[in-house]
Amino acid sequence: MLTTTPPVAAVPAVPRPRGRRARLRRGRLATVAVFLAPALALFLLLVVAPILVAGYASAYKWNGFGLPENFVGLDNFTRAFGDPTFRGDLWRALVLIGLSLVVQLPVALALAMLLNQPLKGRGVYRLIFFAPYVLSEVTTAVLFTLVFSPNRGLGDGLARWLGADAGTIFADPDTVLFALFLVISWKYFGFHMVLYLAGRQNIPRELSEAAITDGASAWQAFRHITLPLLGPTIRVSVFLSVIGTVQLFDMVWVLTGGGPIHASETMAVTMYQYGFRRFEVGYASAISIIMFVLSFAFALFYQRVVMRRDTEGAITTRGVQR
Amino acid sequence: MTTSTRRLTLHLVSIVIGALIVVPVLFGVLGGFKDNGQLATNPLGLPDPWVTGNYTGILGDGVFWRQLANSTLIAVATALVVVGASAMAAFVFARFAFRGREALFTLFAAGLMFPFAVAILPLFVLLRTMGLLDNPLGVILPQAAFGLPVTIIILRQFFRTIPAEVEEAATLDGCNPAGFFWRILLPMARPALATVSVLAVVTSWNNFMLPLVVFTDQNWWTLPVGVQAFQGQYSDDTARVLAYVVISMVPALGFYAVAERQLVGGLAGGVKG
Repeated sequence: MLTTTPPVAAVPAVPRPRGRRARLRRGRLATVAVFLAPALALFLLLVVAPILVAGYASAYKWNGFGLPENFVGLDNFTRAFGDPTFRGDLWRALVLIGLSLVVQLPVALALAMLLNQPLKGRGVYRLIFFAPYVLSEVTTAVLFTLVFSPNRGLGDGLARWLGADAGTIFADPDTVLFALFLVISWKYFGFHMVLYLAGRQNIPRELSEAAITDGASAWQAFRHITLPLLGPTIRVSVFLSVIGTVQLFDMVWVLTGGGPIHASETMAVTMYQYGFRRFEVGYASAISIIMFVLSFAFALFYQRVVMRRDTEGAITTRGVQR
Repeated sequence: MTTSTRRLTLHLVSIVIGALIVVPVLFGVLGGFKDNGQLATNPLGLPDPWVTGNYTGILGDGVFWRQLANSTLIAVATALVVVGASAMAAFVFARFAFRGREALFTLFAAGLMFPFAVAILPLFVLLRTMGLLDNPLGVILPQAAFGLPVTIIILRQFFRTIPAEVEEAATLDGCNPAGFFWRILLPMARPALATVSVLAVVTSWNNFMLPLVVFTDQNWWTLPVGVQAFQGQYSDDTARVLAYVVISMVPALGFYAVAERQLVGGLAGGVKG
């Protein structure tokens, strides 16, 4: 623990009058209070309170105006789990997470390994791969709407050039989720790649070099040395990917609005539809709370079971373990 | 494989992936120089002739500049509030021992797991009650609040690396905690402060959901809200929307070019600790 106490209090060799010590401690407590106040006030008022309010509102049928009065208990939750759209939201979140784990993250990892080798111009490649991350989801979504717009888009033009028909992947309920996943990957794989690159750079090069000297193939060195040592980084990247998918909103809202016929709708989009369009604030709050509980339960489970082995700070363990 | 074929393969793979990133953006840039007739007949090639009206029309109109100014104001104010409040909190979390410290810190750290979307609805009701709709504070303060966890975590990490001797020396020289914080700790933490500020600016710049619900008054719209609305308004005029998208990308990409190191370092370091 690196906490410093002022030297006066740290050296109690000479007995001091109690009053002075108490005064000192009061002074330090006052400092603590003053320095914590702004952050604590902001956090309690604008993060904690809204979540508590959502919990409260989720037990009511409420249009958002005045005080909630029509208590319905858990009805909003049973309604959500009985609603095919919301159940679809859950399923689509699972599909998107699965696709990320199987496609996006491995590709990011492979690229990070490639770019970790000495290669002229790799800085430029890294700059380009990461660039979409700084664009907003809205900008990305509008760009891709137009890229795939029928008749005037790049996708359609390419398809016509190849003699195929691909101008409608966002309009077809069977393909829209995959199209959405493509755009998500376009924007986010560079972020995960940068995480892996940073993690890779913390692993001493000598380890895999020694293995290769001892006759291991490059693949074996990667599989048995680099990959396990990258474990903490990979687990954080998976964690962020899952949490990001649970709250996915901007990109879907702009690209498809959740359509066609709910085929790309996410929990956040459903929540927005009910909360801000139909003024069923109670029901929308219940959906918020389900999102919250899912994220929280996942984070706890992940921290306890998956990240426990990581000695050096992962996102959720940081405060707790020291 | 010899070294040179190996290198060639690496370059080829990187170039293909790079093309997947660049081509859609390039399509936007070139598309902005076409008219819709050209986009329909010639979506892939160079514009012929080059039409500049889409770009000059947007740049000559006040709407884009107003949205740029709004985005900038909100991003800078958010960064100031979140970094200021977090630095103070991180200071006591890093350098004071008091009862409940770890519990409080865990509360903040747990904020990382609160999806913004969870709070947006009650937040909206709250802001409406406080009269902060159509007020930039209605976006700035919640953004700052949700930025606290990651900022506090990164800054506390950094503040802990400053040796206790520095603080002892300052105390002996008559510095009280506030003086030490303001005159010694903050100047020493400049790199970390730059990193968290860049993160806060980028997050605010890209935020969509909150300004979408807070601002009904168009004069307050930020770039993401504006881009989305522009697409709705000119949905028949693809070339013009492409030009708007491209222009709205420029500030973000420019900022990235300048602050790449802080951004990448902050994300990698912040996440890994």
